[in-house]
Amino acid sequence: MGTVVDTVFGPGFFASDPVRSALVTGLVVALVSGALGVFTVLHGQSFAGHALSDLGTLGGSSAALAGVGPLWGFVGVGVVVAGVMELFGTGQRRSRDVATGLVLSAALGLSALFLYLDTTYDSTTGVTITVLFGSLFTVGSGTVPLLVLLGLAVLAVLTLLHRPLLLSSVHADLAAARGIPVRLLGLGFLVLLALATALSSMSVGTILSPALLVGPAATALRLTRRPVAAMALAGLIGTAATWIGIVLAYDSYRWPPGGHGWPVSFFVVTLVFTLYLLADLIARATTTRAQRRGTDRRPAATAPAPAGVS
Amino acid sequence: MPAPVLELEGIGVRLGGRAVLDGVGFTVAPGEFTGLIGSNGAGKTTVLRIAMGLQAPDAGRVLVDGLPLGRRKRSLGYVPQKVVVDPDAPLRARDLVALGLDGERIGPRLPSRRNRQRVEEMLDAVDAGRFADARVGTLSGGEQQRVLIAHALISRPRLLLMDEPLANLDIRSGQETVDLLARIAREQGVAVLMSAHDMNPLLPVLDRIVYVAGGRVAVGTTDEVVRTEVLSRLYGHRVSVLRVDGRILVVSGQASLPAPDAPAAVTSVTVEAAVTTVTAGATAARL
Repeated sequence: MGTVVDTVFGPGFFASDPVRSALVTGLVVALVSGALGVFTVLHGQSFAGHALSDLGTLGGSSAALAGVGPLWGFVGVGVVVAGVMELFGTGQRRSRDVATGLVLSAALGLSALFLYLDTTYDSTTGVTITVLFGSLFTVGSGTVPLLVLLGLAVLAVLTLLHRPLLLSSVHADLAAARGIPVRLLGLGFLVLLALATALSSMSVGTILSPALLVGPAATALRLTRRPVAAMALAGLIGTAATWIGIVLAYDSYRWPPGGHGWPVSFFVVTLVFTLYLLADLIARATTTRAQRRGTDRRPAATAPAPAGVS
Repeated sequence: MPAPVLELEGIGVRLGGRAVLDGVGFTVAPGEFTGLIGSNGAGKTTVLRIAMGLQAPDAGRVLVDGLPLGRRKRSLGYVPQKVVVDPDAPLRARDLVALGLDGERIGPRLPSRRNRQRVEEMLDAVDAGRFADARVGTLSGGEQQRVLIAHALISRPRLLLMDEPLANLDIRSGQETVDLLARIAREQGVAVLMSAHDMNPLLPVLDRIVYVAGGRVAVGTTDEVVRTEVLSRLYGHRVSVLRVDGRILVVSGQASLPAPDAPAAVTSVTVEAAVTTVTAGATAARL
């Protein structure tokens, strides 16, 4: 029995401090990313998520240069950028233009300089990998409580605002017609998105963070039509991918080339993608079966007119 | 005459020095079906947004049930013109209708049998029970329109404002929507203010018309408003109102019409051209 556990998890898995930090961080990040990811899809703002993570690179690299933890860099830059986006309305898909792309490239260029300076002068060689691709094992037990607190705060605000956010995702005027301050709500959403991106950047790095934000959400949307269920399911899927990823990464220390574990972010993102493919297959199979039974919704044009409508 | 449910007084809107609306005023009585008619770009959406409190006018005021708009928003239901929902969005028709009850509330929703039942009744009232569990983004234009109507009506407003509900519908779905609205408005005692660039589908159900052109409005019954001399005065130049097979066409009647001695065939071609541009007629008149 003991050997089975050891084979699956690797010896000393549960005794390891970095593993415990990684499990807790992974759980919080996955729950936040899942719930917010569903809203990101609903609001058609995955581009804002990408922009925030690109600019997060700048935050992470400059934080390392200033000698503070990358989380502060991610959060600081993210919140400022969210404010600017709301001011210029660039968060929406329709504004995805050349100018925005140019600003993002410029930010990444600056990040390249900062990362170079980080590695040259501070000889913190790991920082490039940590900022760009993350590493759950290097989060550090000092950062974990702060990360958990931030994650819980985001989830609490999301719980409070989920109905107004749902309504405004359908049409801003529908929300405004019910007295919801739409612009303020939009700004609030972008700040939440910035925080979620910062958290997922801590987990899988800035380059892969959109995958963790949108991937589990997209997977959940293949499996349920209910808004709240989709958020919970996305959180669960993200957690599953992250935890299994951590186990595999820990195991990989015993794999070739030996002595060096494979990057945990690789496992997490690959699992996110695999789960999406699985969910897509399940969804397709269910639809086909429903069609064969003839229980799917026919298009309105061919459906008989309902009673009461002449 | 009962107190009006909606009252617009001297509404003025300027955009870049140009008057978009100038001294627009009209009332809607309880239970009345009013058509807000005008060509594209005449300012119909602006009028509705001001009535709804989504946009502040530069002049004039809006009264709902005799009181300033601010606190009376619950008396109004609103269906915007174009609603685009991602087909993958996890939002069922019944979810959108339920948001009409409590969409502005914060915190988690507590389960309520009474609310669930009201959502069910509302879905049935707009014949949407069939697709209540389908994602909003996968519905056809007509189906989506019904769900939005249910969303707007479930909070029991006194007035329903709709912006061009027929614009994206085929003729049959459009007619179904109009009939459905007329029936619900009667059953629930809700007044309707609906904008449209083509008044014809609405003619059987309209109580009154507010005709918008050149930033001003003409108000009254169809027969009072849609007349050559009234609309010519409103447009500021000559337009003709033609009645063909129970349909009303507003066409530009400018002096460039064929001279009396022109060949008859040419005249008939000109008229035909005017008739085929039925809904564009009002636009032509503005040019």
